[in-house]
Amino acid sequence: MNDIMIRKRKWQFTIFLIIMIAATYASSIITDFNALHGITTFPAALYWIFSNMLISQETLTRLPSILDKLLETIFMSIAATTTAAVISMFLGLMGSTTTRVNRAFSSLARFTASISRNIPVVAWALILLLSFGQNSLTGYLALFVGSIGFLTRVFIETIDEASQSSVEALRATGATYFQIVNKAVIPQCLPLLISWILFMIETNIRSATLVGILTGTGIGYTFDLYYKSMNYNVVALVTFSIVITVIIIELLSNYIRKVIL
Amino acid sequence: MEVANIRRKRDGRITIKAGSKAEALMVSTLMILAVLTMIGFLLFDYSGLELKKAISETGNNLKTMFLEPALTHFSWGEAIYQVGITVGLAFLATVLGAVISIFLALFAATNLSNEWVSKVIRIFVAVIRAVPTVLWVLIFAIAAGLGSEAAIIGMLFHSIAYLVKAYSEVFEEVDEGTLEALRATGSNWWHIVMHGVIPSTLTYLMSWTFLRFEINFSVAVAMGAAAGAGGIGFELFMASGFYFDLREVGMITYAILVVAIILEIISTRLKNRYFPSQ
Repeated sequence: MNDIMIRKRKWQFTIFLIIMIAATYASSIITDFNALHGITTFPAALYWIFSNMLISQETLTRLPSILDKLLETIFMSIAATTTAAVISMFLGLMGSTTTRVNRAFSSLARFTASISRNIPVVAWALILLLSFGQNSLTGYLALFVGSIGFLTRVFIETIDEASQSSVEALRATGATYFQIVNKAVIPQCLPLLISWILFMIETNIRSATLVGILTGTGIGYTFDLYYKSMNYNVVALVTFSIVITVIIIELLSNYIRKVIL
Repeated sequence: MEVANIRRKRDGRITIKAGSKAEALMVSTLMILAVLTMIGFLLFDYSGLELKKAISETGNNLKTMFLEPALTHFSWGEAIYQVGITVGLAFLATVLGAVISIFLALFAATNLSNEWVSKVIRIFVAVIRAVPTVLWVLIFAIAAGLGSEAAIIGMLFHSIAYLVKAYSEVFEEVDEGTLEALRATGSNWWHIVMHGVIPSTLTYLMSWTFLRFEINFSVAVAMGAAAGAGGIGFELFMASGFYFDLREVGMITYAILVVAIILEIISTRLKNRYFPSQ
């Protein structure tokens, strides 16, 4: 009996493996990916990076303008996240099964979140660029829409999980909807919600670079500018400044998480 | 007996909130974020923006996009082929990433490796993750040339960073007793991994890998648009940036949306099945 089971599992695994290899092969044909070429260029690429992307004395003179753009990007990500968090809080309360007003609103909230999450940030950036033009607000709005989708989903999950019993208890005492939300839902979920908000800020700083390249705002634009003019020393400086920013923000939010959770 | 520890406000009312460090930190975090947001809005560069016009224009654009989608520059077959390329990019980055990550994660898991090696891998992964994917792709594109190789290597980096973290956490949850039993039989490290660790965690590993595939799909769209990796993302970039063809943008957006929603439904099912607590 056991023997048959093991043999069956082995068969399943082999078939799965064959399908995976076939799919990998098909994908590499369709995307024109040559694994050998990829592997052989990899060391060359690394060597190139280490020999060309050096920060020289001269590039440091560009540092103030880079920091200026970096600051803009950080503010953009934070502003997009906090404003999206406020909207998502309402959508989350509407969408969660414990706190929803009625079924229709709940579906509406989930649907809105799903649409704004599943259309990639890139698409939003390109769509908004057409009418908002090349300024900070375009990048901000693209991040904002994407953040709403993600935050609403996790807020709904958090509220669903955390507050079932206390909401029931408060409802039994005859508390109003506002009192239930204010005294049971928010205090219980707040640490997790803040943790998600911090996560979103980290993610948004990284996506802001991408959005910046497309919409010509923030640090992404600076990167693109020097990248296209092949000034790789400055490109290295920009990359390093992004890395340091992301790591600092990650350490900060890890500290906050450790205390509040 | 008098209770000494009741704290009262100045007017004699009992304070009901104790006030801990965690609470103070939460409040100050939110306050700081709110202040930074306001400063951000003041500092933004609003050059060339006419808000009213922009909003109504966006409204019109969205209406054209979503209500009258059409393909003009390429056929349906071509569109499906381009979506296929994007899925292919995501798939390759995920599969190659998964294979590399399993090995790295084995060395990163604290119960299977020594502390020092595990720390080095974790720091390495954190640095990799700090560089946005698009920068990895563009930097590799200088050396390897624009195309699928640079895109896949760039996406691979972040996939590895994500999967190593997820896998090593899964490995760390393997029952210590199982490992000990295998060790007692004289199994070497490789035996323990092949017969104890991998079989008991396989379903979790596969779910995490699929979750990454879902992420990689949208990353692949982005790389097509921003780093010239081809696929539907590139078509989206061309349609909106060069042809200004809103109907086509709408159609492409729908195509992306359909794939993304299918992937999301599958991954939600997987999550509910294998990670019910999360």
